[in-house]
Amino acid sequence: MKKELREYILALADKKLRNRDRRMNDYRPISVETDVSKNAEGSALLRIGDTQVIAGVKMSVGTPYPDTPNSGNLVCNVELSAISDVKFEPGPPTEDAIELSRVVDRGIRESGAIDIDKLCIIPGEKVWNVFVDVYILNNDGNLIDACGLAAISALKNAKMPKLDAKNQVVLGEWSNGKIPFIKVPIPTTFVKIDDTLLIDPDSDEEQISDARLTITCSEGEINAMQKGGKGGFNVKEIEQCVEESFKIRDKISEIIKNLK
Amino acid sequence: MVTKKKAQIKKTVKKEPKKENKKVAVKKQTHGYEKRFDKRGFDELRPISMDIGVLDNADGSARVQVGDTVAIAGVFGPQKVRPKHMEDTEKLIIKCYYDLMSFSVTDRARPGPSRRSIELGLVIKNAVEKAIFVEEYPKSMIQLFIEIPQADAGSRCAAVIASSLALADAGIMMRGLVPAVAVGKIDDKICVDITKHEEDYHEGGGATDIPIAYIPALDEITLLQLDGKVTKNELMQAINAGTKACKKIHEMMKQAIKKKYEVIEK
Repeated sequence: MKKELREYILALADKKLRNRDRRMNDYRPISVETDVSKNAEGSALLRIGDTQVIAGVKMSVGTPYPDTPNSGNLVCNVELSAISDVKFEPGPPTEDAIELSRVVDRGIRESGAIDIDKLCIIPGEKVWNVFVDVYILNNDGNLIDACGLAAISALKNAKMPKLDAKNQVVLGEWSNGKIPFIKVPIPTTFVKIDDTLLIDPDSDEEQISDARLTITCSEGEINAMQKGGKGGFNVKEIEQCVEESFKIRDKISEIIKNLK
Repeated sequence: MVTKKKAQIKKTVKKEPKKENKKVAVKKQTHGYEKRFDKRGFDELRPISMDIGVLDNADGSARVQVGDTVAIAGVFGPQKVRPKHMEDTEKLIIKCYYDLMSFSVTDRARPGPSRRSIELGLVIKNAVEKAIFVEEYPKSMIQLFIEIPQADAGSRCAAVIASSLALADAGIMMRGLVPAVAVGKIDDKICVDITKHEEDYHEGGGATDIPIAYIPALDEITLLQLDGKVTKNELMQAINAGTKACKKIHEMMKQAIKKKYEVIEK
């Protein structure tokens, strides 16, 4: 089966076509719905083609780490729910699930997308803990991009919880404040099959790919990268992917900017 | 100046008896749960919406929203039994997993399975299994996954409804659909389809939660739990209210399944 699928996709690529009526450099349509979970500080249901993920933000008051006494904490986690694919089994996370979760986390946290210094309530004592949890509902490939975009969308949508006089969260009530954004990092994933590079792979293309490359960039800078899979990329291919990912970033960040 | 002061005193004197009246009125309201928080009738359900076939990869799926509670169920199978030693040569094996999304509740829940979610998986499985012709699928298994993206009490009941619809969507042979509802005793009133706000009622008799699943086709109750305190009379009253509500939900479930095929009919 895999061999036939590979031949089919490569034959299509020769004609500059993709699986399921796509053109070579087409990113599948993205749609975002925000405020999908009323108990969350922020939430988003994001679709890339038939891939469907849901992200939610919860915030709580916690103590800062000793080495960063004036900064809040941001944690992003992806749950590879078994509802989304026959291939996924319930139980402890697999290697792939942990890689996905960490790549998404790095894209948002290490890129400095959120101004964590503004998430401080009392320096050295009380700071905001921001948890972004992403759940996959339907997997049709490119989960890294879908989860990364969903997480950013949910953060963009989030309202700050209300604090009482003792700096404790009033459950179910929100202030007008928003999470302070510095930049909007957008992940873009490519796969390589033989010598063909494909952007935004669907699950068929992912299955037969030799290597994968994710580039997360914000305006003018690259914030995170991850090469996955057994194969490799040459320098020229990496350069090509980086150029393409900057182009895609400009398009997608418009969608994110317009979110409420 | 003096007259003004006198007038003020008069005003305060006048105000006082009014305040007392108010206090009495407030007391009357808190004495007994006379009116539901969301102004529903005691046997009235929250608005319910049901959609079938919402996920592409699952063999059957459904999204059910009861008030502010949302459940998404997906069914995979019938498929080969994994691990092999669990295989039954006479009947279908059902595995059921319930998962509360971390942001679905006001206080963040830790992602991953908890003791509660494992129990609910079992309870939901036991609620729907009776409706399935398990003997028709020997040496097979189905996996039933439930995700709760938003919770406002009654999530296990919404999960049972969604599971039953997803099973029907997957084409699993069934004796009937399985509607479910959370009945509650709030103070001394039997209320159908209680909310989180009602569940947290602490005054008077407090809140008792009684989730019920009832299969109309078999006239059997397949999910019954109770958390609180009730008399025998109240329990029977609650069960009657529950089965009555389940019959209403059953009609909606039939409509939801028909809705999916409407386009094809035309």
